[in-house]
Amino acid sequence: MDKSIYKDVYVFVEQRENKIQSVAIELLGKARELADELGEKVVAVFLGYNIQSKAKELIAYGADKVLCVEDDALEYYMTEPYTQAITQIVKSRNPDIFLFGATTIGRDLGPRLSARIGTGLTADCTGLAISEEKELLMTRPAFGGNLMATIICKEHRPQMSTVRPGVMRTKPKDETRQGEIEMVKVDFDKSKFKVRILENVKEEKSLIDITQADILVSGGRGVGCVEGFEALSDLAKVLGAEVSASRAMVDAGLIPQERQVGQTGKTVRPDVYFALGISGAVQHLAGMEESEYIIAVNKDKGASIFNVADLGIVGDLNQIVPALTRRLKKIRTNQQ
Amino acid sequence: MKIAVCIKQVPDTTEIKLDPVKGTLIREGVASIMNPDDKGGLEMALQLKEKHNAHITVITMGPPQADDILREAYAMGADRAIHLSDRKFAGADTLATSYALAGALRSSEYDIIITGRQAIDGDTAQVGPQIAEHLDIPQVTYVEELTVKENNKLLIKKSTEEGYQMVEVSTPCLLTVLSSAGNARYMTVRGIVEAYTRDVEVWSADDIEVDQTKLGLKGSPTRVFKSFTKGAKAAGQIYEVDTEEAVDIILEKLTEKFII
Repeated sequence: MDKSIYKDVYVFVEQRENKIQSVAIELLGKARELADELGEKVVAVFLGYNIQSKAKELIAYGADKVLCVEDDALEYYMTEPYTQAITQIVKSRNPDIFLFGATTIGRDLGPRLSARIGTGLTADCTGLAISEEKELLMTRPAFGGNLMATIICKEHRPQMSTVRPGVMRTKPKDETRQGEIEMVKVDFDKSKFKVRILENVKEEKSLIDITQADILVSGGRGVGCVEGFEALSDLAKVLGAEVSASRAMVDAGLIPQERQVGQTGKTVRPDVYFALGISGAVQHLAGMEESEYIIAVNKDKGASIFNVADLGIVGDLNQIVPALTRRLKKIRTNQQ
Repeated sequence: MKIAVCIKQVPDTTEIKLDPVKGTLIREGVASIMNPDDKGGLEMALQLKEKHNAHITVITMGPPQADDILREAYAMGADRAIHLSDRKFAGADTLATSYALAGALRSSEYDIIITGRQAIDGDTAQVGPQIAEHLDIPQVTYVEELTVKENNKLLIKKSTEEGYQMVEVSTPCLLTVLSSAGNARYMTVRGIVEAYTRDVEVWSADDIEVDQTKLGLKGSPTRVFKSFTKGAKAAGQIYEVDTEEAVDIILEKLTEKFII
């Protein structure tokens, strides 16, 4: 195939109720890096209804160009209208790379598109880089995170990948950046629209599967009481984390058994594991030592949890946890 | 009503361990299981069988030993089992896998195709939607519940990040299902005994309607360039400092890790 006709790094900008999702902003930052290395442009693909006024924001986050498709068929995400719109864009403009967020939307759209276009798609990448041959190197975990694999898509374009929210770092907003906004018209074959959304319900999800959490705030005997547990919940909330515990807290009735980490509980490997007031019995370590990054706080300098911790703090968690929560809240407020 | 359920045999990844010296995966002795989301999908199909007298075909693509999960599906209550097994399928990525499965499904009858949301060895969640595209039928992903309505319509509860959606879709269609959709039933003793006396249809690439250049490694747009295990951990750092300084250190590390 003649690869020279394929140019630029495209990002699918996910919006929900006209709110641009954070994963799209993160992807624009990564796309900027990749495009600079290739000497190409970043193109944001923004689909929806009454969204045009938000397109400028995408330029501030790194896009050189925004392709804006306005149509009432695109107001809420549905597989077929979105697939048709993006297929037309891909066929007429020949992107080199196309990135999607690995959300319930991106993971519905990405594979459908890849099959319609006939190109490869690499799911849930944690690393994206450009090779010496100017190809996209897509690195992802496999076998439940036991192995990392770098994937390439040599003979098909665009090279497509999904990336989970929170994996790429947001680049700072630059309101002075210049770029172009182009309104694009799409012809829909509405006879293919066979799914209808009847109702969209929001509910506070209680994610009780701690093995799926990216961050766990875990407490042990040192947490002590109900108030101590509430402090942990506050910290978890501001971090977007789940609360888990060693057996001591479960036995004390402070937390249900489904949140127990360890040999008689669950095995977890989150990106960050806070071990707060956990001494580090072998049975507990067996359930969490494979965590990506372990932060331990314990009064006892000799606690065996410090043997597996990446960062150990000898101190009183009843002081440190509330102080940390306060500071994080302040940071979050400033970010908004 | 005819239902086709796509299932996959996977290593029980929760059992996989790393060789501490070589840093490679130890796969020997690791049990193979029916992928949990696929099992949830099969359970959903079995419930439709009970309520609506549906006929269930299970289909898998994989090496000869994948026969085990087809027997398991028989023992749970499936009516027909098809095993796509041919060297020509080997090394397939998600696109080539979905293409082969779609080829097999094209020559079977179905109103609903059910796949698991994703398999625990790859976690891609791609094969279901890709099959739907090859067959030119609508898809609904992340399905939690399903009700059969009149006029070939299904009412579906679909899980989203914020909650759920109620959607309506007409058959034929493809659904990707969460393992939580149904607590999979156990095999019955009689079912297990009978499962090994029943026929599993083994199909090769010549038995399905496909362009063989699109199968297996040859037909796969993506390739593994390299694979590696994450390096061993460096020794951690321990600080004995006052509260504010401790908070500073934690925040600094969280920033480095892109958490904040």
